[in-house]
Amino acid sequence: MSLAAKNFPANARAALGDTQLQEALERLRGGFVEGRRQVVAKLPEFDALRDRAAEIRRHTIAHLDQYLVQFEERATAAGGIVHWCRDAAEARAQILEICQAADARLVTKGKSMIGEEIEINDYLEAHNIEPVETDLGEYIIQLRRELPSHIIAPATHLSKEQVAESFQEHHTGLDAARPLAEPEALLAEARTRLRQKFLAADVGITGANFLIAETGTSVIVTNEGNGDLTQTLPRVHIVIASLEKVVPSLDDAATLLRVLARSATGQEISAYTTFSTGPKRGPDLDGPDAYHVILLDNGRTDILAGDNAEILGCIRCGACLNHCPVYGAIGGHAYGSVYPGPMGSVLTPALNGLPGAHHLPQASSLCGRCEEVCPVRLPLPKMLRNLRFQAAETGAPGGFARLLVKLWAFAARRPWLYRFGAGISLAWLSARGRKDGYLRSIPGLRAWTSRRDFPAPEGRTFMHQWKSGRRS
Amino acid sequence: MAESMQNNAGDAPVRVALFVTCSVDLIRPSVGFATVKLLEDAGCEVSVPAAQTCCGQPAYNGGLRENAAAIAEQVIETFAGFDYVVAPSGSCAAMIKVHYPQLLESDAARELASRTYELMQFLVDVRGVETIKAQLDGTVAYHDSCSGLRELGIKEQPRALLASVDGLRQSDYQGSEACCGFGGLFCVKYPDIADKMAADRVQAIAASGADMLLGGDLGCLCHLAGKLSRDGSRVQVRHVAEVLAGMTDCPALCQGEAEET
Repeated sequence: MSLAAKNFPANARAALGDTQLQEALERLRGGFVEGRRQVVAKLPEFDALRDRAAEIRRHTIAHLDQYLVQFEERATAAGGIVHWCRDAAEARAQILEICQAADARLVTKGKSMIGEEIEINDYLEAHNIEPVETDLGEYIIQLRRELPSHIIAPATHLSKEQVAESFQEHHTGLDAARPLAEPEALLAEARTRLRQKFLAADVGITGANFLIAETGTSVIVTNEGNGDLTQTLPRVHIVIASLEKVVPSLDDAATLLRVLARSATGQEISAYTTFSTGPKRGPDLDGPDAYHVILLDNGRTDILAGDNAEILGCIRCGACLNHCPVYGAIGGHAYGSVYPGPMGSVLTPALNGLPGAHHLPQASSLCGRCEEVCPVRLPLPKMLRNLRFQAAETGAPGGFARLLVKLWAFAARRPWLYRFGAGISLAWLSARGRKDGYLRSIPGLRAWTSRRDFPAPEGRTFMHQWKSGRRS
Repeated sequence: MAESMQNNAGDAPVRVALFVTCSVDLIRPSVGFATVKLLEDAGCEVSVPAAQTCCGQPAYNGGLRENAAAIAEQVIETFAGFDYVVAPSGSCAAMIKVHYPQLLESDAARELASRTYELMQFLVDVRGVETIKAQLDGTVAYHDSCSGLRELGIKEQPRALLASVDGLRQSDYQGSEACCGFGGLFCVKYPDIADKMAADRVQAIAASGADMLLGGDLGCLCHLAGKLSRDGSRVQVRHVAEVLAGMTDCPALCQGEAEET
């Protein structure tokens, strides 16, 4: 299934009419939002911690080149191999080359948004390598051939009944009578299937929540432990990470981890936090023989040079999605992009360009809830507005509304014209609406009146009445 | 009447320019007159500069930076020379106070920003008003509008003043900080999403048992009043200034003269 960002309004309408999706979104709002509220209430220094986290990210992005080079040096010194990839095609080719060199037939994968961004699964399949997602949510949407609908909870749009159906459909040899009504049963079923894959995999691919420059280490957080099995059991471990994942030091990573889990799932810390530095060394009992890091640019360098460089500070906690009233109304798929919600509405046009994604920065009431909860204090509304400036300056679609606003702005700078126009429209509107107090339809304003009444204006403008001497 | 104003009695009057906002000017002038009364009761001498129109926010959020900047320059000129500029709107006040300095990066913009306030914030934080002499028999829900709440920190001020209104009870309205879906052009560009957001608010307002919804921003209030009206709800929607000024004799938003209670 693939929904395009350019069809956002139609996608959104469909999502609003999908009762199953609406129930799933209700659960999400209850779970993550309430979880974050509780865990934040227990940590009085949370806001001070956010200040530090924001400063770490700002500093890192401002010195990205320096920390990336340092990361490469340290990772290489630890026996790892770092590959710089300009775009998705280079990254895919590099990953394939590593897999083919290892004679890989089966690749296990931990959860990675970069994996989604470069569509690595389709590519590996096309080259006769079987990729298996091992994060439960990712595993489910891989079976269903869907995009993730949330950056940390990819299958959050589904009900457990839908998951059971998918298992019945795709798990060959599954006893049709096996009870799959409860989440525990679903988990056990997935675990049985995945265990064989973990043991048989030739290569394990994981993402990275952070890359630590000081030590050349990659860090992943998971709640299922699947990431550990993915990166320790196979002969080869490939980390795929975009450039901005780097942080200067272990201490910095620790600070960011403290805000990450709290903001994401409302946990104090995720169940598993795993640090990997290089491949297995002499006395190590387990671990991969080879450790590769794909450092993906894919447009980040351009973002760094633009107005919205701050978006590179994002640590992908998902809090802005969880708290966004627009995301909460329509879910992630309606955005038609890998990254949905407020951070996605900034990142997607920044990565792929505004044409095709022009709805995303417009489809926000700029309520500011995202910025309010962002653990690294990204000014998301400001960045959405920057994209709106860019849209107007480059003539992206949206012309009619923009023309109306231009007319309004023209009048607003000419008080006499403004008052003249206002006087005429108000006399008409208020005469039509006086009896009821509202207008049920206004020509040209159907987008409002098709769903809501419009309050009848009282009559004369305030300015007119004031000028005429009314004072109270 | 604000008791705490008496300590300023000997000083020269505070000269306040009312930025009435385009929505109040056009749709609900009563809010403008209520604002004038509250400011005068708080010891201010109120002027209404005649050249004012709109703060430019529709252009700014619509991506038209140049248009917004031109309007901002005009507002700066129009409101020069007053001690304070006060608007009965968190979103218009935030446009001047927070966004003009970012948009223009000029000293003049920063200077205007430093003396511009939203009405509730001005009364409580600047003028030190603690109590209001007004009366209202009813249970109200207060909706926090996003700009006022998140850009200006307006939360307790209106509630503190409402607490002093005789007969008024404040309901436990859940999710008062959630966006109603107005968002300026957003509600007409993406009406389905805006409608869903309004529906969620309306449900919470009904659950709160309030018979009146108050807020500090006419845009949000029109949006919610329009939704409540279409749903056939009897909840009255008013700007908080109307209640605090004791000026609730005009019909509530979306209600006709016949429905006046």
